[in-house]
Amino acid sequence: MLPSHTLQQAIDKTVREEWGRILAALVKTLGDIQLAEDCLQDAILSAMQHWQKNGLPASPAAWLITTARRKAIDRLRRDKNFTSKQADISYLIDLEHQAEDAFQTEIIPDKRLEMIFTCCHPALEEKTRVALTLRTLGGLTTDEIAAAFLDRPDAMAQRLVRAKKKIALAGIPYQVPDQLVLPERLSSVLGVIYLIFNAGYSSGAGETTIRSDLTEEAIRLARIIRELLPDEPEVGGLLALMLLHDSRRIARSNTAGGLVPLELQNRNRWDTSKIEEGAMLLEDILPRHRVGPYQLQAAISALHAQSPSWDATDWPQIEALYQMLYEMQPSPVVYINLAVAVSYASSTKAALEMLDAVALDGQLDQYQPFFAAKADVLSRAGDRLAAKACFQTAIELSNNTFEKEFLQDKLIRLETRD
Amino acid sequence: MQYMLLIYSAEGSGPQPGTPEFGPFMQGYMDFTEKVKNDGKFVAGDALQAISTATTLSIRNGKTDTMDGPFAETKEQLGGYYLLDCTDLDDALNYAAMIPTATYGRIEVRPVVVWDN
Repeated sequence: MLPSHTLQQAIDKTVREEWGRILAALVKTLGDIQLAEDCLQDAILSAMQHWQKNGLPASPAAWLITTARRKAIDRLRRDKNFTSKQADISYLIDLEHQAEDAFQTEIIPDKRLEMIFTCCHPALEEKTRVALTLRTLGGLTTDEIAAAFLDRPDAMAQRLVRAKKKIALAGIPYQVPDQLVLPERLSSVLGVIYLIFNAGYSSGAGETTIRSDLTEEAIRLARIIRELLPDEPEVGGLLALMLLHDSRRIARSNTAGGLVPLELQNRNRWDTSKIEEGAMLLEDILPRHRVGPYQLQAAISALHAQSPSWDATDWPQIEALYQMLYEMQPSPVVYINLAVAVSYASSTKAALEMLDAVALDGQLDQYQPFFAAKADVLSRAGDRLAAKACFQTAIELSNNTFEKEFLQDKLIRLETRD
Repeated sequence: MQYMLLIYSAEGSGPQPGTPEFGPFMQGYMDFTEKVKNDGKFVAGDALQAISTATTLSIRNGKTDTMDGPFAETKEQLGGYYLLDCTDLDDALNYAAMIPTATYGRIEVRPVVVWDN
């Protein structure tokens, strides 16, 4: 007999690693996420009792899925509405056979791709897509998801229940979209994964570990998608981008939990294995000539990661990549980054002209990154007075303590400079 | 599964009768109707008269109240509908995107309730 704490660990490990795969397979058979989730929970409870008595089965995942299917049969039998329908009785029998088969063959069909496309369907609100993906594929509990997004647990639970109802009632399909809509749908899936990553990445050192675990979860999800859709270069692009960003995780915060900007980071503290993996991914996908925004951002990040120092950065190459990115994604963020690249690659004068041109319509009047970037370019151009004013606006507009401190530092350095 | 595709637009927006764009616009509707019929999706579909013809009725405490006008005075009004038999929401959204009004108005896609027994 296993000691209960090791058993609990074994269950936790199986559940953590296999949750998404088991749940996806169950949803495929049961056609309902809520029912599948309830049955899987039932099965996990049974596992605790059975495994305690009989030890771990050869394949814990297969055991869980078979047990969950039996639980489903029990639940459906109890459901009067269900058994009253003749057609569904044959379905029930099929289900029983499948339960037997699963025991014999121990093969769990991989339906995670179908599931993530359902969870990231554009008919659901973006925040709901993120939460649902973390719940169904990531196996995070509702409380963990609520904590990660600073929501009340009951509000998050409500959101998930509503989402599962909408999927069932609106007939959101459980399938990989056909080629016609695949690019659009895939971009929604990748967007959700990147949101999960950024929620973790932007969290401060003092915040809960659940939040920083989100970066690992996002990377894990991207690996799954890449394994299942190997021919889509943007999937690899996103994975590379996240690995490259994540390689700087330790170097980007100081002992006080403050944010260290790229130019001041100790490059010896970057995680070389992540950089290598990211760079290798790019070497594999960039020659396919199906460039997309994630690949471009990853390529930019790789140039930083592979540069021995800030001064040795290949700015002309970065400028060219931002130019391509801006053509695909003409957003203010990209434009500002392009201007910063120009300030290093060409001249601060050219960069300031770009920044002034984009600010003309007044839409960036409250846009913090604009002032932070402009302040930086101005200070390098030697216009200390204008730089100071921009830094102050940027500090006022920032709602992030670490960012405020970082800008404050820059302002102080500017004022104390000879 | 049946889906109701509700066609909303602001009155007076879109191609107006008497303009060169109106002919092709109406042809677009005729083509769409023919397509959903050929695809075996069509259950029903109609255009509605302008909201100036609408009457709204309610009964409160046994008293019937009849009001001139639509239920809600919003800019975009229900102007017509299609009831289609689709495999799933993706299928329904695919057809919704083919409705000519989608380019300047909105199409709300609602699954139809199936009653047990």
